[in-house]
Amino acid sequence: MSRRARLVVLAVGLALSAGVLVWGLVSVPGFGHYSGRYGRILARDTVPDRHATNAVVVTTFDYRGVDTLIEEFILFVSVVGVTLLLRTQRDEERARRAARAAEREDPETSDALRWVALGLVGPVALLAMYIVTHGHLTPGGGFQGGIVLATSLVLVFVAGRFAIARRGRGHPLLEAVHGTGAAAFAMIGFGGLIGTGVFLRNFISSGGTGLLTGGMIPLANLSVGLEVTGALLLVVTELLDQRLLRPRR
Amino acid sequence: MSVYPYLVAAWLFGVGTYGIVTSRDCVHLIVCLTVVQSSTYVVLLGVGYVTGGKAPIFADIPTTSVTVDPVVQALTLTDVVVEATVTALLLALAVQAHKRFRSVDPDQMGLMHG
Repeated sequence: MSRRARLVVLAVGLALSAGVLVWGLVSVPGFGHYSGRYGRILARDTVPDRHATNAVVVTTFDYRGVDTLIEEFILFVSVVGVTLLLRTQRDEERARRAARAAEREDPETSDALRWVALGLVGPVALLAMYIVTHGHLTPGGGFQGGIVLATSLVLVFVAGRFAIARRGRGHPLLEAVHGTGAAAFAMIGFGGLIGTGVFLRNFISSGGTGLLTGGMIPLANLSVGLEVTGALLLVVTELLDQRLLRPRR
Repeated sequence: MSVYPYLVAAWLFGVGTYGIVTSRDCVHLIVCLTVVQSSTYVVLLGVGYVTGGKAPIFADIPTTSVTVDPVVQALTLTDVVVEATVTALLLALAVQAHKRFRSVDPDQMGLMHG
């Protein structure tokens, strides 16, 4: 199909969807005039009911926990897909040769960059742990903290030399972290099934003070934090492997 | 003012779709897809906004305060995570496509090895 024909098809499609969009938006409540009941009820019940102050995290992990479990499995499966796709054509011997060539040709990382990255590793990791463990009280949670934790570990790559990392044999530790995180959240769900007879219902006392409130929500944050860290690092290392595997011309 | 966020969402959707259709580079195409998807964030957060409402986090506000809808915020979080995974998967496909077709131009892929 020529470019021109394609643009014509696009124009027709866009015009049609614009019509549908306008039709749909006419009945949406005006900006600032939210009228739904569900959200209001959840926001009102969060503190008395679950003893946690972050209504978004309570909604994510408790009231809508099953949605989040499925979302987590989407994350899990797609990262497995990424690793499978990128490993299909891996050839160890060629990989080793290409990596040696890459090491010779790669411009050296500057010392300034290395020191800055090294200095940031600790503070960023600490921030990540804060975000994960305080997720049920203040803005944050497992997903956000997991991303930050993975960033701190990527800074280790920046500070060191990635080419030293194991090549062509996968990353067993990362895969274990990734799988453990995903399984842990499902286990919390089964804990609810055993403790209360309902899958993913809170089965831990949500009383207590300080960090130890919210029942199972802090545990869910931890497991999701682990999984997101493992997932992101797996994707980053697999893509970096590709960069090192590709023969230079 | 009350339609402004929806106009932004529609614009993001349109401009991302245009980018996808006219793209000459897989990676550019994937970035355009993330632009399309970000329009859904604007719609979701716009739908749940209450004039004068605070963030639904009661750590430092009274539990009776008016807040925006926490459900759409949780949905947006889900949306962001799914977008990140879809992007990673598509980038992996782009790497494989480049290995196979020696090109990242979507137009070249079908023609050379149909």
